Amino acid sequence: MWAAPSRWGWLNLLTPKGLFAHDTYNKLFTMHGIIMVFFFLVPSIPATLGNFLVPPMVGARDLAFPRINLLSWYIYIVGGIFAITAIVRGGVDTGWTFYAPFSSTYSNTHVILAAIGVFVSGFSSILTGLNFIVTVHKMRAPGMTWSRLPLFVWAHYATSLIQVLGTPVIAITIVLLGMERVLHAGIFDPALGGDPILFQHLFWFYSHPAVYIMILPGMGVISEIVACFSRKSIFGYGFVAFSSVAIAVLGFLVWGHHLFVAGQSMYASMVFSFISFLVAVPSAIKVFNWTATMYRGSVSYDTPMLYAFGFIGLFTIGGLTGLFLATMAVDVHVTDTYFVIAHFHYVMVGGMVMAYLGGVHFWFPKITGRLYPEGWAKFAALVVFVGFNLTFFPQFVLGYLGMPRRYAAYADEFQILNVMSTAGASILGVGYLIPMIYLAWAWRYGPKSPQNPWGAKGLEWEQSPTPPPTFNFDVPPVMNEPAYNYSGEEKEVEIGR
Amino acid sequence: MADSEVTALEHAPGLKHHFDDTEQQLESSTLGMWVFLLTEIMFFGGMFGGYTVYRNLYPDAFASSSRYMNIPIGAFNTAVLICSSLTMALAVRAAQLGNKKVLIWFLVFTLILGCVFLGLKVVEYHEKWVDHHIPGPGFRYEDARYFHQAQILFFLYFAMTGMHAMHMVVGAGLLTTLIIMAARNRFSAAWYTPVEMIGLYWHFVDIVWIFLFPLLYLIGRTK
Ligand code: HEM
Ligand SMILES: [Cu+2]
Repeated sequence: MWAAPSRWGWLNLLTPKGLFAHDTYNKLFTMHGIIMVFFFLVPSIPATLGNFLVPPMVGARDLAFPRINLLSWYIYIVGGIFAITAIVRGGVDTGWTFYAPFSSTYSNTHVILAAIGVFVSGFSSILTGLNFIVTVHKMRAPGMTWSRLPLFVWAHYATSLIQVLGTPVIAITIVLLGMERVLHAGIFDPALGGDPILFQHLFWFYSHPAVYIMILPGMGVISEIVACFSRKSIFGYGFVAFSSVAIAVLGFLVWGHHLFVAGQSMYASMVFSFISFLVAVPSAIKVFNWTATMYRGSVSYDTPMLYAFGFIGLFTIGGLTGLFLATMAVDVHVTDTYFVIAHFHYVMVGGMVMAYLGGVHFWFPKITGRLYPEGWAKFAALVVFVGFNLTFFPQFVLGYLGMPRRYAAYADEFQILNVMSTAGASILGVGYLIPMIYLAWAWRYGPKSPQNPWGAKGLEWEQSPTPPPTFNFDVPPVMNEPAYNYSGEEKEVEIGR
Repeated sequence: MADSEVTALEHAPGLKHHFDDTEQQLESSTLGMWVFLLTEIMFFGGMFGGYTVYRNLYPDAFASSSRYMNIPIGAFNTAVLICSSLTMALAVRAAQLGNKKVLIWFLVFTLILGCVFLGLKVVEYHEKWVDHHIPGPGFRYEDARYFHQAQILFFLYFAMTGMHAMHMVVGAGLLTTLIIMAARNRFSAAWYTPVEMIGLYWHFVDIVWIFLFPLLYLIGRTK
């Protein structure tokens, strides 16, 4: 539903002059960004699939702190109410990045309300992370060693580290921003003696790691799906598990790649550029290991696997273009253009949303106890893939040709590519609508699912009934084989206890 | 509350039914609390980062304006908080021994010390108000060269001590809850996790002050 603003945005860009008043356009892309990043992508997989699956996957009856879990849901709602109030009362026009001093001094829109929304929802994210960390450390069933943890759980563990370490920083940044705006006292505004670059540093110190909050859980989903539908244990389990943690750690050291043209010292930029290249290594490890897992596996093409294929291809494009952007000289050319927009939509929409859909289809029988119509599902997956590429691929070209982001109008020569993009967005919209319809239908009327329709491995499939009872298991589970033991006797890696 | 009371009949005191045993539950709570404190460190860390940046950018202005900090009150408050950490630690010890009366007394002492701190903080804030040292349109500064820069120090002063004071207020609320729970016999030597967890929180808030006091009040005055 909240994707709608983007669609209006594309509609706007159908004609060079734009359809909307320019400040309306600013508000549209801002609320699109805020809702999508802070209220959809960050909580998407952890708060739904993660909440549901982490406990049974480690063999626990529940998360360590069920009430805190509920609290995090209420906090999310309160944050959402603030954000929606900001929109209803006229919107915000700062972009999701809230750059000072525009946001603190000059913008006359509802910055404070939106900022409070982001601030509050952050605590929901923190509490989810905290709950997962404690659950993974303390609630594992007998035999569920670290080296037998599903990769979904490893990915969520790494995500949780980022949530817990990064989110407080955006919280305090927002507090400082709010104080500057309310008191009219300088901390970021250069006219008042402040330093606007400090805002950008603080903002990206959270928001770069946050992009990994928005991809790691998706990577976890893909690891599960790829192993299951290749009927093979995951290739290089230890590497895939540790690459999640490596991404979380390195992800904290690259935020400066968003400041290459902001007046950051060139030497700092060089270091940030270098570390940005490093962070691509663990991402690549995952992609290679997934493909190696499929190699000589008996691959079947069920819907979740189609989304996994989509993820692997699109994430690879998104990640590689990230490397273009991390190259300082190239970035000077393409920063603040549609190239950046295309880059992050490839990772966030092509990556995370694909993974989300894949995961929803994979665990739908587990969660609801029913099966969805496979034909429609495959069809929708195809529509999504086509629509996605038609929407976002032209934007790489547009950006490379120099079309800047965040403008309501553009030069005439860009029209053809923009029309393609808008058309793609419509197809993509249909692609998202179809699953919503048949999944809602299947939830009520779908045929009953057997306990383990995919023949998947893992405590949540093998030892927990479908759909699971309140405490997940009828009999306390024991893990007595390596993770992803699809081929019978697989050698086990040792990662601590 | 209701369901924990039901299970209290079936299990060890305070044990929730998704845990295997009290030990697992205690370990989980402790780890959870430490992770929470980690988030608090990052939260204050953002402000300490900003402080570091501006102190390096404007050392003279900061030296000039830290002279307006009230050292006697700051120092006295530091002593107050250190004492409150001691009473809190003694409260935890009393809880461990299952000594309800001593527990309540030490919690009350801690609460009183916390309130003393907050009261003196109000006095200090009032001083700043009288001197027009609150950042914003009403801000005045004696040395015109440093008008903007000194304002940033006061901005940070209010942001950092304000956040700290808010944590103290929350802590005072938590202590009150503990006192009520203790009076209602909710704790025993077998289960006193909340006392221990809130103790950790209280110590953390004290430590933040131990950093704030020298950074905001002491450094650079002699320049
Ligand atoms: C392979 C690792 C990655 C590298 C090296 C990388 C690199 C970069 C660079 C250098 C920029 C700044 C471009 C500019 O503003 O000029 C950027 C922007 C961005 N990236 Fe990535 N990226 C990577 C992965 C990801 C992932 C996984 C996500 C999200 C799931 C993501 C989301 C974003 C977003 C949202 C922006 C734009 C922020 C904005 O200015 O609004 N990136 N990336
Ligand atoms: Cu980044």
